[in-house]
Amino acid sequence: MKFSLVKLSALAATVLLATTVASCSGPGTPAAQTTPQTTSSAPELSGTLNVFAAASLQQTFTDLGTQFQAAHPKVKVSFNFDGSSTLVTQITQGAPADVFASADTANMKKLSDAQLVAGTPVNFATNVLTLVVPASNPANITSFADAAKPGIKLVVCAAQVPCGAAAKSDAASAGLTLTPVSEELSVTSVLGKVTSGEADAGLVYVTDAKSAGTKVKTIPLGLAKPTINEYPIATVSSSKQQDLAKAFIALVTAKEGQKVLADAGFGAP
Amino acid sequence: MTLELSAVMAARDVDVTFSVGPAETIALMGPNGAGKSSVLQALSGLVKPDAGHASLGGRSLFRSGADAAWLPPHERGIGSLAQEPLLFPHLNVLENVAFGPRSRGANKTAAAQKAWQWLAEVDAADLAGRKPAQLSGGQAQRVALARALATDPQLLLLDEPMAALDVNTAPFLRSLLKRVLAGRSAIIVTHDVLDALMLADRIIVMEQGRIVEMGPAATVLSHPRSAFAASLAGLNVLTGILHGSSVMTDDAGLVAGRLAGSMGGASQAGGMSEESPGRDATNALAAFPPSAVSVFLDPPQGSPRNCFAVHVTALEPQGDHIRVRAGRLAADISPAAVADLSLVPGDAVFFVVKAAEVVLYPA
Amino acid sequence: MPALAHPKLQGRTQQPWQFQAVPRWVFALAALGALFILLPLFGMVAKVNWAQFIPLITSESSLDALVLSLKTATASTALCLILGVPLALVLARAHFGGQRILRALILLPLVVPPVVGGLALLYTFGREGLIGRSLNVLGIDIAFSTTAVIMAQTFVALPFLVLSLEGSLRTAGQKYEAVAATLGARPSTVLRRITLPLVLPGLVSGAVLAFARSLGEFGATLTFAGSLQGVTRTLPLEIYLQREIDPDAAVALSFLLIAVALVVVSLAYRTPRSPLRTLVPRGAP
Repeated sequence: MKFSLVKLSALAATVLLATTVASCSGPGTPAAQTTPQTTSSAPELSGTLNVFAAASLQQTFTDLGTQFQAAHPKVKVSFNFDGSSTLVTQITQGAPADVFASADTANMKKLSDAQLVAGTPVNFATNVLTLVVPASNPANITSFADAAKPGIKLVVCAAQVPCGAAAKSDAASAGLTLTPVSEELSVTSVLGKVTSGEADAGLVYVTDAKSAGTKVKTIPLGLAKPTINEYPIATVSSSKQQDLAKAFIALVTAKEGQKVLADAGFGAP
Repeated sequence: MTLELSAVMAARDVDVTFSVGPAETIALMGPNGAGKSSVLQALSGLVKPDAGHASLGGRSLFRSGADAAWLPPHERGIGSLAQEPLLFPHLNVLENVAFGPRSRGANKTAAAQKAWQWLAEVDAADLAGRKPAQLSGGQAQRVALARALATDPQLLLLDEPMAALDVNTAPFLRSLLKRVLAGRSAIIVTHDVLDALMLADRIIVMEQGRIVEMGPAATVLSHPRSAFAASLAGLNVLTGILHGSSVMTDDAGLVAGRLAGSMGGASQAGGMSEESPGRDATNALAAFPPSAVSVFLDPPQGSPRNCFAVHVTALEPQGDHIRVRAGRLAADISPAAVADLSLVPGDAVFFVVKAAEVVLYPA
Repeated sequence: MPALAHPKLQGRTQQPWQFQAVPRWVFALAALGALFILLPLFGMVAKVNWAQFIPLITSESSLDALVLSLKTATASTALCLILGVPLALVLARAHFGGQRILRALILLPLVVPPVVGGLALLYTFGREGLIGRSLNVLGIDIAFSTTAVIMAQTFVALPFLVLSLEGSLRTAGQKYEAVAATLGARPSTVLRRITLPLVLPGLVSGAVLAFARSLGEFGATLTFAGSLQGVTRTLPLEIYLQREIDPDAAVALSFLLIAVALVVVSLAYRTPRSPLRTLVPRGAP
């Protein structure tokens, strides 16, 4: 027994080390190591820009990052995609972020309450919920009301996360009482349960539905006043790359940025 | 109960055939690695022989071939006692002894009764409540014996049961074994010639997986045929061809001696006689004890003595003598003589033995 | 002899000095290793909002999560015992082709991320899965049920029990089992009366590890079972969720989880030591 415990703890140590190494080389940590800023009037932008962005922005922001790097060859854009609240926690704990793009205003407020937002956040996109069903639509759902029927395996986000709060208010405005079989911790979990065919229906953002392609069928909620999720973006006040950060935010809010976002299904602010 | 065994174990290079009569105790002897334990394991059912058959009291234990059969260990009715007592550490002494009867279907009371009876038999009733960890080596071995006997085994296998005991404890267990083995079929593996003499009716000597010698204990020890039996008996044994009252040995020249009075040793060796390598009457052995050997630095003159030119290989204390080893031969001389000759290993000396001290007998 | 009989050396608490072949720098690194585990625990305990602790952990959702966690971890430990003991026995005792590969595969959940385990379960027992499809036809629906939670926990915890028990079985060896067989005990009797009692410490520690692993299961549960209060939302899921809006509640619940785990582990390590260790005979009377 002693031997096996030793083996076990060795194994545990290995696993621990592996995780440590993984998180060390993760996207969040590379330090904002930059060449010193020149003081000339027309500075050429250079250095590394750390963008902390909500997970739902992964596709679009990666594209925009590539564009940004093409325009500024001496710049490297490094992304950290995660849940908005996780990102806020990381930044308040000192993670080197230059730009923060949140999936809701509440988390942006948390960051500005912590005195970590430079200037005023700008809303750059909106997102609304939609109903998705597996491509085969096993429960023959054609409307939001169908998904609320008893016996239907509906999956939504938990009320504690933004997509769950939106689901709650959308259901209220449709006059429906939802009886979900699961309240997931993230919108990607909801989408996963639908694409795997485990659930009959799920409430996700239109951008998620779009990214899932043909694996799901999208059924609009058909609400007169859908809950609109605002996406704000801001420079982190502790950033040493204020100019770079501003330039990136400018790209996101400019026509090029807006086109990329619109293509992915985001609404205009 | 009669045991008939014939077993071939290819991986261990063992091939043996022998039988054990009712109430007979066999001492299975031989150098380490001779395959003695393999034979016991095959009988217990802990290893499967590649070929052969065995039966105990008419019941087949295993059989190879077209009508192959295999009796699992728990149905064999063969008890065993090893060098280690192997008492179950989580059970107390009484529970250990009662384990066998209980496993064979006896109810709790009957099993406990039987356990008490056998604990008393091995003089360990006062230990009944103890855990094995609280026993000395000798006590544990007695309890292990009681445990093996409590199942009324038809055959008892003892694998060096006294090897792990100290010199003060072994005699007690030996006399205990002598008492309980009376009237039982048993096989005891031992390196101790005293065990063989006291406990066994017959000795079987194994070397390299084969039986090289078997016969009544007294005969094997007084007229050893194998090198191993000779060393057990503490005798110098040379092999060769009989010429009158001398043996022409393979490597030590002509050895004169007296022909043994009893030449019947070979025929008494039971089932061995047919396979005995020595049916040819001219093959013979010459045996003499180390105490009959004198050591000289120069070849002695005259008198009908046997003289061997040898090199001393080792000097060992042996009781109040010094044993002078020279290859296969040994001489016991007094420490004073050793000092007188100022012997050291490597010396060239002459071993001299009177013809009257050498016993010749057919191989 | 007089030295041995010295009363000072007889006490159980005061161990006589013994030579240890451990270099001093090893102790330094060992202390560092212990700190690495203990400091984060202290760090978290320091964050607990004690004034609000009781209300935080007795909220309806917290209690539901705690009860569900205890229930499912107990059930999965039982399942681990039923499936893991035979598995460990076969791996430790039997000889067959592909045994080494089987062992490696069975230990896979130890090194694979739990999310992967959850996906594997999903694609096997899920509604569209390999076996799930047939089960669905039979009217058995595992998804989003407490059964799914127990399955996810068993999947990740089973290797802990198997590994611990197999090690114990190998250490114990087969000598006692062979003796028991020659005494007339049938294989089932040997298992019940000899093998299992001998490896009891390994079995207990394996079960404790399995329980602890089940209690902490997150990824596989999330992927395979979903998250619904009182049905599939175990304590770790509740902690993750609370973290989104109420870090105080998350910390309080984390502390609760650690406390429960600590109680279980300390209870288990109070079991008697292996009987095999006390085999060396002590002094002959």
